[in-house]
Amino acid sequence: MSEEKTIVDDINRSVYDVIDKEDNATRLEEGLNEDIIRRISEEKDDPDWMREFRLNCLKIYKELKVPQWGPGIDGLDMDHISTYVRPNTRMQTSWDDVPEDIKNTFERLGIPQAERASLAGVGAQYDSELVYHNVMKEVEEQGVVYTDFESALKGEYSDMVREHFMKLLVPTDHKFNALHGAVWSGGSFVYVPKGVKVSIPLQSYFRLNAKGAGQFEHTLIIVDEGADLHFIEGCSAPKYNVANLHSGCVELFVSKNARLRYSTIENWSKNMYNLNSKRAIVEENARMEWVSGSFGSHTSYLYPSTILKGDNSTMEYTGITFAGEGQNLDTGMKVMHVGKNTSSVVNTKSIAKSGGVSTTRTSVQVMPGAKGAKSVVSCESLMVDNISRSDTIPVMDIRTDDADIGHEASIGSIPDDAVFYLMSRGMTEEDARALIVSGFADNVSRELPMEYAAEMNNLIRLEMKGSIG
Amino acid sequence: MSQEILKVEKLHVKVQDKEILKGLDLEIGEGETHVIMGPNGAGKSTLGNTLMGKSEYEVTSGSVTFFGENLLEMATDERARKGLFMSFQNPIEVPGVRLSEFIRNSCEALGNRMSLWNFKKAAAEQMKVLNMDPGYLDRELNVGFSGGEKKKAEILQLLMMKPKLAILDETDSGLDVDAVRTVSEGVKAYQEQVGGSLLIITHSTRILDALNVDRVHVIADGHVVAEGDRFLVDEINESGFEKYLKA
Ligand SMILES: Nc1ncnc2c1ncn2[C@@H]1O[C@H](COP(=O)(O)OP(=O)(O)OP(=O)(O)O)[C@@H](O)[C@H]1O
Ligand SMILES: [Mg+2]
Repeated sequence: MSEEKTIVDDINRSVYDVIDKEDNATRLEEGLNEDIIRRISEEKDDPDWMREFRLNCLKIYKELKVPQWGPGIDGLDMDHISTYVRPNTRMQTSWDDVPEDIKNTFERLGIPQAERASLAGVGAQYDSELVYHNVMKEVEEQGVVYTDFESALKGEYSDMVREHFMKLLVPTDHKFNALHGAVWSGGSFVYVPKGVKVSIPLQSYFRLNAKGAGQFEHTLIIVDEGADLHFIEGCSAPKYNVANLHSGCVELFVSKNARLRYSTIENWSKNMYNLNSKRAIVEENARMEWVSGSFGSHTSYLYPSTILKGDNSTMEYTGITFAGEGQNLDTGMKVMHVGKNTSSVVNTKSIAKSGGVSTTRTSVQVMPGAKGAKSVVSCESLMVDNISRSDTIPVMDIRTDDADIGHEASIGSIPDDAVFYLMSRGMTEEDARALIVSGFADNVSRELPMEYAAEMNNLIRLEMKGSIG
Repeated sequence: MSQEILKVEKLHVKVQDKEILKGLDLEIGEGETHVIMGPNGAGKSTLGNTLMGKSEYEVTSGSVTFFGENLLEMATDERARKGLFMSFQNPIEVPGVRLSEFIRNSCEALGNRMSLWNFKKAAAEQMKVLNMDPGYLDRELNVGFSGGEKKKAEILQLLMMKPKLAILDETDSGLDVDAVRTVSEGVKAYQEQVGGSLLIITHSTRILDALNVDRVHVIADGHVVAEGDRFLVDEINESGFEKYLKA
């Protein structure tokens, strides 16, 4: 039984686990010091302000302490992480020009197919840099800007970028924001002009291939007044026996009357430390929607946060976390109600299996001026066996007297009756349990475009393989 | 009797250390329709659950063969794949799993893989027989279904999965007059389309009106206390189980 399990796992994970030979143009040595930061800056031909920003972040990084309240990250030694690996190609806008091995990797992950089928634009990052970027003509003609971050830093939108870069996620917030500020590379910049509704999603895919390396992409999205965008982010990496680090930053600005949906399916390999920061600020009458699926990584810290700044602004968060063997996933969300009559709706699901640990932290803060704030938080956990752990840690800080706040948490297991019912229709026990778990995750898959929902169900099935006996 | 497909001999079953079935015998031939009646708590559902292989039901002695093979050695899913089906007395709610997904996965597990298009077509056809709105396919399995809707969904599964022997455990209970007639039509359609055998557990007669009944078994206190043709049903309806119960 257990032998079959590994075979099945290996076969099916293989699309994610294929390791490309490292054929880098540049790989900086491991560790973190001023010299390395200067060399990253040089490699990237940073404007002066950015170089200074990086150096300042390094100072802050050195002063700040590693957080003590979450999962241990002792296995992560910054002296053994290479912070910059440039693939052996410049960014391409034609798929044909992407080097063969990198192209094969993305093709296995379904990237160009997805672009053809259902996306308005795609960016693909490989290690530290984007290797491919392309936007549909119609979308470009609407005035939508979707570029790699380096181009954005120098081009027509450089002032806008400088004005927003790390203003929401400030380097002093925590140690890994400072790290990101010092060594960031790659990522995307998106600007959707006033009133423009992008009817099909844009997507960035991040692939970390290099062993013992870090990926620190920066995503900055500005949705101007009355505009509408759905942005999808996908991530994966092959498995190594040394630690890899992902510490991206995502900053989202949602202007008056605008709407932004940000969807993520994250499937890092199980040697990855995923210390990621995401924050959105939402102006008057605007709406932020998060859809988040966390499957991979060894250890995750991930709490997308939202500031409901404008009156009548709203946000909805739908997330699922699946912690399997050897994984400690600390996920959740934060929302801060600032404007009047703001509302937040949060639904999280968490699955723990084979000794995995899933902790869901939710934080709802209602500021003194936030009259009429409403918040509903629901956290559900599913324990697939009795050796795994799933905890919910809600924090509420309410500073008005008329806030309407609800919180619900529940924990359950896979009911034997349901397994029997499905098996009585011919499904194997494994398939029956996998289907029940997919059902538990249904509220998330329903929020995703069809291909992503299918990928997520596939990931759940993979995780559930060999979960019996 | 036509070729025998199910043979239950001297079956003893314990649930939580309590003996429920106490030496039950039953034989069902190909294409036959059998009815089981008996007072509440007699062990009718226990028989169904035991045949389907539910783990709490411990067979302490006796034997069951299905097409000549030892049924009791098979896991539940294997029994289903051999052609056994049970319509549950209380169908289970499974949140997030669509009825369509459930039936399609089941058919696939039984070796009938269908494209989404063909599946929808086939399901819509059977739903017409059952007077069910095709919209139900997108609903979560049994979640928020009324009692009657749950039972219709079970018969829809019967019609889609086409088993060789179907146990219907009080599929008619809690249904209004029209719904009983519809469900009965569904069961008849199964007989006509598939020609399979039926083991119908019921407290009423209306579901039987449109069906040919070959044999009636009365179970009390864990074994068969009377057998007969369909007139036995009428007799019980008139005078109850009293004469079969031990003083
Ligand atoms: N899973 C179980 N756990 C405990 N007791 C059980 C279980 N299943 C059945 N029993 C007991 O076994 C006896 C027979 O139950 P069963 O459900 O087979 O009756 P039934 O003939 O189907 O009755 P009804 O007509 O009310 O459906 C009852 O006393 C019941 O409480
Ligand atoms: Mg019963």
